[in-house]
Amino acid sequence: MKREGEIRIPSGCAISGVISKSGKSINGREMITSISTMHDRSNGLGGGFAGYGIYPQYPDLYAFHVFYDSNKSREECERFLDRHFDIINLSKIPVRKSDKIIAEPLIWRYFVEPLKTKLKDSKLDEKEFVSKCVININSNIEGAYVFSCGKNMGIFKALGYPEDVGEYFRLDEYEGYAWTAHGRYPTNTPGWWGGAHPFGMLDYSIVHNGEISSYDSNRRNIEMYGYKCTLQTDTEVITYIIDFLLRKKGLSLEEAAKVIAAPFWSTIDHMDEEEAAQARYLRAAFSNLLITGPFSIILGFEGGLMALNDRLKLRSMVIGEKDDRVYMASEECAIRVIEPELDRIWSPNGGQPVIVTLDSCKDKIFIK
Amino acid sequence: MAVNYLYPEYEIVRDTNKCIACRVCERQCANEAHWFDPEQDKMVCDNAKCVCCHRCVSLCPTKALKIVKSDHTFRENANWTAKNIKEVYRQAGSGGVLLSSMGNPEPYPVYWDKILLNASQVTNPSIDPLREPMETVTYLGKKPTKIERDKNGKIINNLAPQLKLSTPVMFSAMSYGSISYNAHESLARAAEELGIYYNTGEGGLHEDFYKYGANTIVQVASGRFGVSKDYLNAGAAIEIKIGQGAKPGIGGHLPGIKVSEDISKTRMIPLGTDAISPAPHHDIYSIEDLRQLVYSLKEASDYKKPVIVKIAAVHNVAAIASGIARSGADIIAIDGYRGGTGAAPTRIRDNVGIPIELALASVDSRLREEGIRDSVAVVVGGSIRSSADLVKAIALGADACYIATAACLAMGCHLCRSCQAGRCNWGIATQRPELVKRLNPDVGYKRLVNLVRAWDHEIKEIMGGMGINSIESLRGNRLMLRGIGLSEKELAILGIKHAGE
Repeated sequence: MKREGEIRIPSGCAISGVISKSGKSINGREMITSISTMHDRSNGLGGGFAGYGIYPQYPDLYAFHVFYDSNKSREECERFLDRHFDIINLSKIPVRKSDKIIAEPLIWRYFVEPLKTKLKDSKLDEKEFVSKCVININSNIEGAYVFSCGKNMGIFKALGYPEDVGEYFRLDEYEGYAWTAHGRYPTNTPGWWGGAHPFGMLDYSIVHNGEISSYDSNRRNIEMYGYKCTLQTDTEVITYIIDFLLRKKGLSLEEAAKVIAAPFWSTIDHMDEEEAAQARYLRAAFSNLLITGPFSIILGFEGGLMALNDRLKLRSMVIGEKDDRVYMASEECAIRVIEPELDRIWSPNGGQPVIVTLDSCKDKIFIK
Repeated sequence: MAVNYLYPEYEIVRDTNKCIACRVCERQCANEAHWFDPEQDKMVCDNAKCVCCHRCVSLCPTKALKIVKSDHTFRENANWTAKNIKEVYRQAGSGGVLLSSMGNPEPYPVYWDKILLNASQVTNPSIDPLREPMETVTYLGKKPTKIERDKNGKIINNLAPQLKLSTPVMFSAMSYGSISYNAHESLARAAEELGIYYNTGEGGLHEDFYKYGANTIVQVASGRFGVSKDYLNAGAAIEIKIGQGAKPGIGGHLPGIKVSEDISKTRMIPLGTDAISPAPHHDIYSIEDLRQLVYSLKEASDYKKPVIVKIAAVHNVAAIASGIARSGADIIAIDGYRGGTGAAPTRIRDNVGIPIELALASVDSRLREEGIRDSVAVVVGGSIRSSADLVKAIALGADACYIATAACLAMGCHLCRSCQAGRCNWGIATQRPELVKRLNPDVGYKRLVNLVRAWDHEIKEIMGGMGINSIESLRGNRLMLRGIGLSEKELAILGIKHAGE
């Protein structure tokens, strides 16, 4: 049986997310409860979570979460990390053993910062340096896979149902201002933890439900710009597209949404002149990054979440609001189970981004 | 008359019970294959003059005519085929280079027919073009390398000039001279109504057609026929023709028989002279020279129009395309060895160049490997026969396709491949006024519009089946393709998997 990355595997899914706009703590348990309601949207072949604001003790360090097939891979990877980073702290990620979670790799966490001299020699900016190092480890060190590498955030994922994965990683012991979760329904059994979601790049994380029909078009375009789609999953290519548009091209979240879920030409024709000119420009300039086919995604980033549907809304997604919290999920039940009394619940239109940031980040239009 | 050893390839079969000797066939045949014999009091014919163009068959009011392939044969020989033998006879008789028309007809593989398309089942929905928006609008041109903003943060429109197509099809170059005034008028009007472009070819632009400039691509070829500042600024884009799929390595051929008064005026050449374009552009002996011509043309047109560089698909096409992409060109057009022509040396047409499918796949892959695919659009032609070929071309990596043979067929061409003789009975590849008037531009343009609209419907249907609702998500989407009956090497060049994988 081929592993994820050697073959392209379509999958259906469940996604959920929550954010406190004022930055209040949300316990990881809430996300476990939310995603477990959508149990039947997963098939036990992958679940995962991303938490933001969960490492207040090291807010300025990159937190690397790494899967290893063996101690040999670990030693090789740690030698690489030593050469490129100051490792401030390292440990196994604490887990609660369970018979529902099997085929465990070694799971380690490192809090690091780039070595100043190395960074200077590389002539790259810090984020580019870190992302290059991560891509290097993942493609060149056999048996090592960095699956989370942002600041003050972390991804936790495994084979299994998402609620079991959450218990395994003891997420009830983490507090964050935002969380996302994913339950996976792949159409075969790759049996590899790295194939579970969320997929992360620096502080971006993506949970995604869908099967995009534009995959190869998007992949072949984004690979021209230094990305390598090793997993062959939609989530991976969507993450790279978002990283490219936001970090490398300097688009705002709304502008990026107009690229990947571009308004139809017929809609653009009815916009006012200025808006139409911008929409036409973005479609012409980034036409190969348009994503078609069903998708609903929640993008996590430092300071916020963005939910987005494909432009025909071929996947369900609802938004719930209560006080300073905003919830996003594939199904309403996943929201009601943790907040029965909502101020408002609504479905965004296809291609309409729902962007929620911390109040402290409200004026930040560009997320780099 | 000396014996020429040539026997008719086709036979005119007349049902004498149906024939009423109305003599329509006689009047319609510019090759003079039919006539009335008063002595026998019936219609007779000379099979040797028949080119199998079906004009008489189509117009016979009693359907008394058909054309059949002669079963007259040489002694069978797998090596010395009838074609080989006849060509030797013709050359021994004339001492000349053999001329042919239209694209390479030899039985080389057609890769389009060995590629199959995908459709959605269960895991993602197909999309119904009758009920949902389905987009085929295509922009051709360079993509910007960086986003620029004004002081208020608004994005500045720094897009290089683009061509906007309502559907990814254009009529490729056919010069005024090789084809008739009425054929050009049909193409121009169809392009205007469809929101696409037609291409003047290398023969200049008739003054009557300047009004279709917004839907015209003006061509600059090695002969520079009809090129002036007004001409360069008349169209929406300028195409530098380096080569043509039917005859890579040589220039255009227009036999003097087709250089009528109007043609001579438009081309700025003497009446009745052969117009043989130089094999190379004599100001382009290398890639850096091309860059200079690209920028000369941009200067002449105030940087307002995209510049297309058209090349024939030859062995080293990927490296050449890479050079062109760095030359400042906005669009690369690649013409495969099946591409048509009004006249080409037979040996060259039938033996030089490579299939467009392989050329396109290797160019697109190469430009991506070099990270420069976004700096240029890729248009392919030669030959796109149907919307299925077109969809496969887009999925292999093309931005749009050029069609010309299909456009001629829409106007009534029957692919008799005798354009070089100038006696086109359908009024397309001729300059004889009595023949030209047979192509009514009101009808010709409408049939072109119908063809492209029909293809557009089919493209949308196929895309919808794949779950794709915009043409840009099909572009370069090679996962939507599978090969059938292809070798590992062919699959590797095409960058696709085999059916069942």
